[in-house]
Amino acid sequence: MAITVKVLERPIEEASYLRATLGGMARTFKHMVNPHKVTVQYPEMRDPVSPRWRGTHRMLTTETGAAKCVACGLCPTVCPANCIKLVPGEDAKGNRYPLVFEIDEFRCIFCGYCQEVCPEEAIHLGRHYENAEYSRAGFVYDLERLTAQTHPVSQLWDPTDPAGE
Amino acid sequence: MRTRRALLAVAPLLAACNTGIDPQRPIEDFWPFTILTIVKMVIVFTVYMVGVALLTFAERKISAWIQDRIGPNRVLWKGVGQVLADGVKNFMKEETYPAAAYKALFILAPALAFVPAMVTWAVIPFAAPLPTPWGLMSMTVADLPVGFLFTLAISSLGVYGIVLAGWSSNNKYALLGGLRSSAQMISYEIAMGMSTVCVLLLAGNVNLNTIVQQQATQGWNVILLSLAFLVFFIATYAETNRLPFDLPEAESELIAGYNTEYSAMKFSMFPIAEYANMVTASALTSLLFFGGWDIPFTTWDNVPPWSALKTLLTLGAFATKMIFFLFTFMWIRWTLPRFRYDQLMSLGWKVMLPAILAYVVLVAAVLLGLDAAGIARESRAFTGILFALNFACVALLLVVLDRGRLVSPAASRLRTAELSRLRAVAARSTLAATQGD
Repeated sequence: MAITVKVLERPIEEASYLRATLGGMARTFKHMVNPHKVTVQYPEMRDPVSPRWRGTHRMLTTETGAAKCVACGLCPTVCPANCIKLVPGEDAKGNRYPLVFEIDEFRCIFCGYCQEVCPEEAIHLGRHYENAEYSRAGFVYDLERLTAQTHPVSQLWDPTDPAGE
Repeated sequence: MRTRRALLAVAPLLAACNTGIDPQRPIEDFWPFTILTIVKMVIVFTVYMVGVALLTFAERKISAWIQDRIGPNRVLWKGVGQVLADGVKNFMKEETYPAAAYKALFILAPALAFVPAMVTWAVIPFAAPLPTPWGLMSMTVADLPVGFLFTLAISSLGVYGIVLAGWSSNNKYALLGGLRSSAQMISYEIAMGMSTVCVLLLAGNVNLNTIVQQQATQGWNVILLSLAFLVFFIATYAETNRLPFDLPEAESELIAGYNTEYSAMKFSMFPIAEYANMVTASALTSLLFFGGWDIPFTTWDNVPPWSALKTLLTLGAFATKMIFFLFTFMWIRWTLPRFRYDQLMSLGWKVMLPAILAYVVLVAAVLLGLDAAGIARESRAFTGILFALNFACVALLLVVLDRGRLVSPAASRLRTAELSRLRAVAARSTLAATQGD
């Protein structure tokens, strides 16, 4: 069959341009005098993010200020994006610690597996979203930077408490 | 002490002002007339340009509010400085010339759009006359006896700017925009001219001040000639290229229409001209149909002796009406979608033109009849009869015309019988046999 346009047959008394126009103008006027207030004036005002928000990482520290990380190597293993670089070291007492711990935030997909797998609860994702940098190199966070972050860490989803209560 | 010294300084000025000329009679001397006219020109031009600049800000704010946004709010107090920021931006930008453009006309076109928009304002009376020591000063830059015809003539010149901009850019989209603009202007100018004929019939004069005075005595034309007002109102939207008639720009089809190739200040001239035209259109709507500077429900403001207070109050009345219409321009822009090109043309030629022609004949016949019957124009009976006639016309418009006939959607033009006949033809065609459904 030839191409046909679907034609809506509406009663002629319903098709009124003037009344429809006035109706539309009433609607826009209502919005003008009584708007839905949805704008967040961003730099001054911020919407809170979810406690499970997964942003850039943070390394927690012990009371002495050293990273909690014991360089077990689980996080680079589990990382699906292969963005964690870990070189383990060992001190005189035989305690393992990371010599190099770098996370490339450009490669990271923020899945949160590193936080989930960490036995020491050292590496965490953060509730943070302002990550602008002037260079690409700035997005590779080293250990010093990861421990210096102060933003709150994200909460993992708990299967026994799915609603987060 | 200080007040006395100030008085001494002012005294010679006051003495100079005491010219002994009756302030209630029009200015006759050459020099006072020339100087006062120049002063009026400077003031009107300044207020006009600042107003246009603020209108661009108002447009952005109103569009934002209508769309539940906030709009520009960073530059200076509440974002008012945005006007300045935009102006500076436009001046600082690079002027580009397309390689294939006709350069002379390309440069001339923005000016051609801009100048008529400015010139029209010269004949608009914006307040009651002001008494001065040198005589009565009319609050119009040029109180032409043919005032209204002048606005019609000059405002239709504005289309040259747009057409030449479209043509000289040597760009297909720009050319299409220019073409559309000229077709649209011609189509709606006729309906617009006809709608004002009704007003002129009633006023018996083309001087805008006389039209204002006539409305002050007989009642505003909007309640006597509502149909003419409606047609004029719609036509002004088409003339100023505002939505729902902004087909020359139509960014979804033509990029930016006639101003596609323009940049920097030359581009900025087009929006300025558009806003200036809006101001003129609003002024004309309020002059022709809403009593101009007449303050409603009173008569004291329209009769001599004139005073500065009257001038100020009538100026306020005129400004209020104008601002309302300017707001309506924006309100409609952010409410209605753009017309399709065929809808635009069919509305102009098939609906508005016949309707307004019939209406002009009707109004002329009724006026002739009333004059022949000896009913005075200022009498209550005259206004009453016109009002009754108008009421009937508006009812006719709403009940008969506006039933899917004013603007045709794709659907409602065909009658059901015609539609089924066409479908039967399509079903019987060879295409249907070979291709299936």
